[in-house]
Amino acid sequence: MSIALEHIEYLYMPKTPFERQALSDVSAIIDEGSFTAIAGHTGSGKSTLLQHLNGLLHPTRGRVLVDGVDLQPADKKMRQAVKEARHKVGMVFQYPEQQLFEETVEADVAFGPRNLGCTEQEISQRVQEALQLVHLDYDTYAKRSPFQLSGGQKRRVAIAGVLALRPKYLVLDEPTAGLDPRGREELIRTIRRLHEKQGMTIIFVSHNMDDIARLADHLLVLNQGRLVCDDVPKHAFAQEAMLREAGLRPPHVMKLMQDLCAAGLPLQEETALTMHEAMDEILAAYRRQTSKNRQRKEKGGKP
Amino acid sequence: MLSDITIGQFFPGDSLLHRLDPRTKIILLFFFLVAIFAVSSAASYALLAGMTFALILVSRVPLRMMLRSVKPLWWIILFTFLIHLFSTPGEELAKIWIFTVTWQGLAQGFLVCLRLVLLILLSSLLTFTTSPLKLTDAMERLLSPLRRFGVPAHELAMMMTIALRFVPTLIEETDRIMKAQQSRGADFSEGSILNRLKALVPILVPLFLSAFRRADELAMAMEARCYRGGEGRTQMKALQVTGIDYIACLFSLGLFVVLAFLR
Repeated sequence: MSIALEHIEYLYMPKTPFERQALSDVSAIIDEGSFTAIAGHTGSGKSTLLQHLNGLLHPTRGRVLVDGVDLQPADKKMRQAVKEARHKVGMVFQYPEQQLFEETVEADVAFGPRNLGCTEQEISQRVQEALQLVHLDYDTYAKRSPFQLSGGQKRRVAIAGVLALRPKYLVLDEPTAGLDPRGREELIRTIRRLHEKQGMTIIFVSHNMDDIARLADHLLVLNQGRLVCDDVPKHAFAQEAMLREAGLRPPHVMKLMQDLCAAGLPLQEETALTMHEAMDEILAAYRRQTSKNRQRKEKGGKP
Repeated sequence: MLSDITIGQFFPGDSLLHRLDPRTKIILLFFFLVAIFAVSSAASYALLAGMTFALILVSRVPLRMMLRSVKPLWWIILFTFLIHLFSTPGEELAKIWIFTVTWQGLAQGFLVCLRLVLLILLSSLLTFTTSPLKLTDAMERLLSPLRRFGVPAHELAMMMTIALRFVPTLIEETDRIMKAQQSRGADFSEGSILNRLKALVPILVPLFLSAFRRADELAMAMEARCYRGGEGRTQMKALQVTGIDYIACLFSLGLFVVLAFLR
């Protein structure tokens, strides 16, 4: 089971002087259970691509299959199947807290399940579950107005509003943009837990290569509407020329490893992605070097 | 979805009409509109229609776009045509139930519709060839003699500029909020009228909130740059009357004289 993009092309405002090709011939497969990151410069077509994943936009050419169901079928009878397929993909827009509108947190999170036609009992169960998933205590927050909360909390409420739909795939457009460092870390931990504990497939857009490096296991890079990379992050970040062309830079950890290597530390692998990996590598290299020095000293000491 | 709406409908270009001073365009448009209603002979209408067509060619705005601006008023045009067709007394042409169609009615209906179409085409020619910014600028200058009588010319123009500036932003915002709520299962196109109105709440509340926030931020930014109204304010790109403006005025004057003879 997966989301498959097949030769997607998208034109903005076709047949006007403002026509612009936002996506051209993008093909990729996002497997169920993966943690996929989409990176690219501003205006590279990331957000346009995301909106194709749950059928908010339909490709001018090509097709999108969610678990094998075409989101824009030629046959009108497929409507119900398409609706179900679309609801499998939960979409969290940029600054999702701006879409809050209800008087209480509970009512806002309940908006989605209510639209799906759930029973009151099911709705309240889903609301509790969703709030728990984003680590907001139900008893403390349910009856509060979402507008009294902090930025990070508001965003959690908005994400809970999407989680209440019980999506299989969760799509997030720059989930940590505009949060303070603590809010960022908390949110990243939450997203990671959704992936690990709930087995949710995560697809997220980010400008932050460090976040991508430590979270994602699959990376798509877009440049001017074209897919220029579809690989595991480790290999993708090794392609410096491609990254530079796409207006991105490698993660800090990776840059550090490359610089250390250039400075003469005998690293076996320069492509560590997380702080822990890097630390292990550097320590190993340091031990190798010191033991070599000791051997040389001992050799030199013997007459 | 909403991105297909064009408001202000400016069509960027560098034609003669684009280069004319917006004040010239507004004043001449005003006189042409008066002329359209003042004349009544077939010859003068042919002249006005020919001139409109020539101006569209000169402006290099695609004919398709020009016709699209007539489209929203299509029903009104048809309605006026029918009213004139059936309500003008004269020589009987045909009788449908209690309605009588007359020759005079047919002619009158055609004439009124031609007037309306010319009116719309000429006015949209102004908005097609003049950027909204220049338009408000011209409005401010044309209204400024009235300041003496308490007309807040600058404030009106500034309000209009800001409103125009935020139209695309708010459309984009609406689009985004609609999509976000749609992703949460909201449906805006099904159900009774009451249900559809209710479905607007999740869009309008966030939209108003963000509009107020934007207004607040803009006011702050303007104050931070020492904005304090139009008193003594100068412009980087001041409007300037050039040779083509005089030529356009002379040309129009000639046309008006001919029209006065043709009636």
